[in-house]
Amino acid sequence: MGISHQGIAASDGLFIGPVRRLGSAQQERQGTGDAASEREALELAIARAITSLAALMERVEGEAQDILGFQVAMLEDDALAAPALSAIDQGTAAHVAWAAALDGEIAGYEASDDDYFRARAADLRDIRDRVLRQLAGEHAAGTVTGAVLVGDDIAPTAFLETDWSAGGAIALLQGSTTSHVAMLARARGIPMVTGLGELPSNITILAVDGGRGAVLSDPDAAQRAQFDAALDSDARARASEEQFRFRPAARRNGERIDLLINVAGVEELDRIDHAACDGIGLMRSEFLFRDGAPLPDEETQYRAYRRFAEWAQGRPVTIRTLDIGGDKPVRGLTPEGESNPFLGLRGVRLTLAHESVFRTQLRALARAAEHGNLKVMLPMVTVPDEITRSAALLDACIAELKAEGMACHRPPLGIMVEVPAVAVMPELFRAAAFFSIGSNDLTQYVTASSRDDARVAALNDPSHPAVTALIARVALFGREAGIPVSLCGDMASEPRHLAALLETGLTSLSVAPARIARLKAAIAEL
Amino acid sequence: MSETAEGSVVITHDVGLHARPSVKLTKLAKGFASTLEIAGAAHGPWIDAKSIVKVMAMKAKQGSTLFVRAAGADAQAAVDAVTSLVRRDFDEAGDGH
Repeated sequence: MGISHQGIAASDGLFIGPVRRLGSAQQERQGTGDAASEREALELAIARAITSLAALMERVEGEAQDILGFQVAMLEDDALAAPALSAIDQGTAAHVAWAAALDGEIAGYEASDDDYFRARAADLRDIRDRVLRQLAGEHAAGTVTGAVLVGDDIAPTAFLETDWSAGGAIALLQGSTTSHVAMLARARGIPMVTGLGELPSNITILAVDGGRGAVLSDPDAAQRAQFDAALDSDARARASEEQFRFRPAARRNGERIDLLINVAGVEELDRIDHAACDGIGLMRSEFLFRDGAPLPDEETQYRAYRRFAEWAQGRPVTIRTLDIGGDKPVRGLTPEGESNPFLGLRGVRLTLAHESVFRTQLRALARAAEHGNLKVMLPMVTVPDEITRSAALLDACIAELKAEGMACHRPPLGIMVEVPAVAVMPELFRAAAFFSIGSNDLTQYVTASSRDDARVAALNDPSHPAVTALIARVALFGREAGIPVSLCGDMASEPRHLAALLETGLTSLSVAPARIARLKAAIAEL
Repeated sequence: MSETAEGSVVITHDVGLHARPSVKLTKLAKGFASTLEIAGAAHGPWIDAKSIVKVMAMKAKQGSTLFVRAAGADAQAAVDAVTSLVRRDFDEAGDGH
């Protein structure tokens, strides 16, 4: 019987196939011992690497072309080879000098506290190995089709050089869900799992479930049949779901459901057609506040929020004010050493405690509200006073902006319903312009279990009757009081929870963009 | 006639001076005859804006200020071009489809 291994979901989809190990470049080369010819060998290898990348660039487009263009630009820059060339002049062999110089660069990227720059280490390794292969007289790795690529990490060019026409998948022991490869895999629909930690070295077949972030090694006949059946129904389902993508979401009886999307960054908008959704139900403004980076100023925030508002073309865009703390620390803002951060200074509690940070954000939001149908949502509200104080701050910001002659508009101010105190007695929170149920935190607080802890993750179940009862209570109160209610937790993105959610009377859901077609198809069945 | 020029600009691009913006910046810089340098602080260290290896190694993030200086016949034009590119978010904002 095969063994299941859990990793992190990087790209959705199912695939089963033979394992192809990704090795590091072989460096079976002897130096000539002559500095002049070693120098020449390295320069030739770099020139050839550039030529091969240029040839590869002709076959790809968009993001892939940008990634290769970056590698070409790096290789064309004399500064990259300079340390290697001076080491060669000191008598070091070309391949040793090149590897050392690039390893130095790679270490610099790996040491960055920024996810994005850290992920570039993979591009640098790719550049290093490409030149090393040229030095060793090797050509690019043989073509692999219909395989599961397994390794510590995978180079972007290895992804691009792979022939995916017969399908395939990627299973990485390390890797990052923000890497170029993860981005390419999602765009291409190639299932990918990262962070598997370890896999037995002798496995030959791997079944990959990208959406669950899990792999199954060497499945037996029964497991194989089960996976094949899932694969088959998945393929048929995907094809039939696509026809729903640009239709309004509606139930079998014709009742319209608003299906909005959750987004966390401006760059995501490029991959989403606004016509496929009813707006943005949750924009996580935290993406602007990176740990270790300076706090974004008003202008930076305004431009980002405005971009979302304009993208939506009149559809509603709900921006959640800074929701850090808990598992999302930002140095300098979130407290250190809290014994229980999920019950500590987070969400609106934190922004009310850092009034200048909150004001900057509210000013930027009021200015961006001029450019679209923008709404503002407060996270972690527990008592009505938090709405009163936030509303007073918003009004003060608007008065200030008007006095400065700045164009602005007062956006509706709503709240997340995620603290049980609000879900149990929503009638205390009539001051909110709307409610958005955050089922992830609500489930965590109602079941007193964290989904990050594998030992109790099973208890963290949003379909627990206590959770659904609270959701139904909020939905009912919203209907009676005329306050719009939506739900934006991960629960809404899971087709298996849809029936229970619609049963509560909810008619508005905000989901992961990749799930739009699938959910519209599922809603049509209910 | 040799001249010198300097300027500064806040990086508003989402992930800062990352791969694609760095490619654009160095390509633009190479189009000028002047020496063109950038730094993450007013007093340096200054690095060659025409070298992508060095520009990427700065790891300049969103929200940080980029200082630009140039020396040569087209110094002012070079500084203006670079600050304008950064201010325009490297022409990447608003290209959604």
